[in-house]
Amino acid sequence: MNESNTSYMGLNSGLFPKSEKVQGEKTAVSQAKPGLLSRRKIFQRFMFFLFRLSAAINGIALLIIIYFLVVRGWRAINWTFLTQPPMDSMTKGGIFPCIVGTLCLSLGAILVALPIGVASAIYLNEYAKPGRILRIIRLGINNLAGVPSIVFGLFGLAFFVVWLQFGVSILSGALTLGAMTLPVIIGASEEALRGVPDTYREASLGLGATRWQTIYKVVLPTALPGILTGAILGISRAAGETAPIMFTAAVFFTPAMPSSIFDEIMALPYHIYVLATAGTEIEATRHLQYGTALVLIVLVLGLNLIAIIYRAHLRRKMH
Amino acid sequence: MDDLIKMTAKDLDFYYGDFHALIDISLDFYENQVTALIGPSGCGKSTLLRCLNRMNDLIDVVALRRRVGMVFQKPNPFPKTVFENVAYGLRVNGINDKAFISERVEKTLRQAALWEEVKDRLHDSALGLSGGQQQRLCIARAMAVEPEILLMDEPCSALDPIATQKIEELIHQLKKTYTIIIVTHNMQQAARVSDITGFFYLGKLIETDKAETIFTRPKFTQTSDYITGRFG
Repeated sequence: MNESNTSYMGLNSGLFPKSEKVQGEKTAVSQAKPGLLSRRKIFQRFMFFLFRLSAAINGIALLIIIYFLVVRGWRAINWTFLTQPPMDSMTKGGIFPCIVGTLCLSLGAILVALPIGVASAIYLNEYAKPGRILRIIRLGINNLAGVPSIVFGLFGLAFFVVWLQFGVSILSGALTLGAMTLPVIIGASEEALRGVPDTYREASLGLGATRWQTIYKVVLPTALPGILTGAILGISRAAGETAPIMFTAAVFFTPAMPSSIFDEIMALPYHIYVLATAGTEIEATRHLQYGTALVLIVLVLGLNLIAIIYRAHLRRKMH
Repeated sequence: MDDLIKMTAKDLDFYYGDFHALIDISLDFYENQVTALIGPSGCGKSTLLRCLNRMNDLIDVVALRRRVGMVFQKPNPFPKTVFENVAYGLRVNGINDKAFISERVEKTLRQAALWEEVKDRLHDSALGLSGGQQQRLCIARAMAVEPEILLMDEPCSALDPIATQKIEELIHQLKKTYTIIIVTHNMQQAARVSDITGFFYLGKLIETDKAETIFTRPKFTQTSDYITGRFG
């Protein structure tokens, strides 16, 4: 009993101060029902181990992914790779147009989705009266979140590319990606708005502010760090998606840099897909595929990092 | 009582859905007096307070609320700087004159007996202040727009005795300028700070009178049972 106690206490000692009284009680109880207590303890240790394992698997999975990408891709990465367009039927050269394209697409997507998403969340959380319409809108948002990305791609092709005649372009791709990230942003923004205490709203109204002033000057600034979290998730998702852009924005190969939002572009995820499935030398370009994937991951993590630092800065300013 | 009546509730009924929360309330509030509303939880005293600046309505009654300031149960400064908290009411009411705002902020913080404690940290977050300081900041924030009436909903219930004493001293000071209506669960506090006390029970105003009368010779047994702690 005592042995298991000490090893277990390694986790526990920080949580429960080892006062004489607690120890005394423990002994008394364990004398009364030794079997039961130790079985409960073992069960608890087992469950806690499972929880810890589950949490660890997350971290380990990310580490393994990064490890593989680094090991297989780092050789491909050099100055030429990052600054030149692909050459020799995409078996040599770099991925610069893809980096530019993915940056354009994800920033474009967030420019589309953030205002609409935040505005929707404000409506849903601050204005909307509960009822049938609100239920239908919520149902719509939840279903939007469940739509497969390839369906967004086809929708973008039919609606933006063909019907609105935007063509295969940054604009079509950003709009499609924006539509896809909307539910993420609405969800995170609503969560953040719900987290703003009602007493802030009451205090503001009590000072003679209108409801709009209250939202604009108190509620939104307080919710901003949480909304930014949604934007981070949205950008990461948009940057990495292949299916929504393959019919709407990305092309197999174009050496030219985009000069307007109506230009077609290359993009990192689509480039990986193309090299790995339809390239002229699939096996010989493996290192280029892994190198591109590594760049994509670093780009996404980099975007996240910028937003996280900014969010931390906002939080510090508030507290 | 020949004082001036500042605000009046007349035949007021209030419902939360089917629940009849306030039943036929008629009550006068006198200028430069402190009126305390006491009674057990759920008796409707906070509801009455929220009716007085129409916080329960979902409409914009901006003009009224500018004249009726409110201080809440828990200190709720905005996550902004001390200065911006006090300036907020001025800004939302369309005042942009910087000199005027900083003058008013200082004056209000002095009135709230907070200036000496925060003058060096005006531009730090208000959330860094102690609970008692935060509540005095909230009072200052309410006073900055120069309302005529201050509503206080159990303003000391989240504070320790020393902070409570400071707020009570402040209330004594403020009644020279304002008409104050305070909801409290603390009998001693009602006796200490109020000139007039109203006792509520189950949505009804049972009795209202001068505080010393209520606390020494109440007319109704319900009132005396409550203030002597026999129920509630």
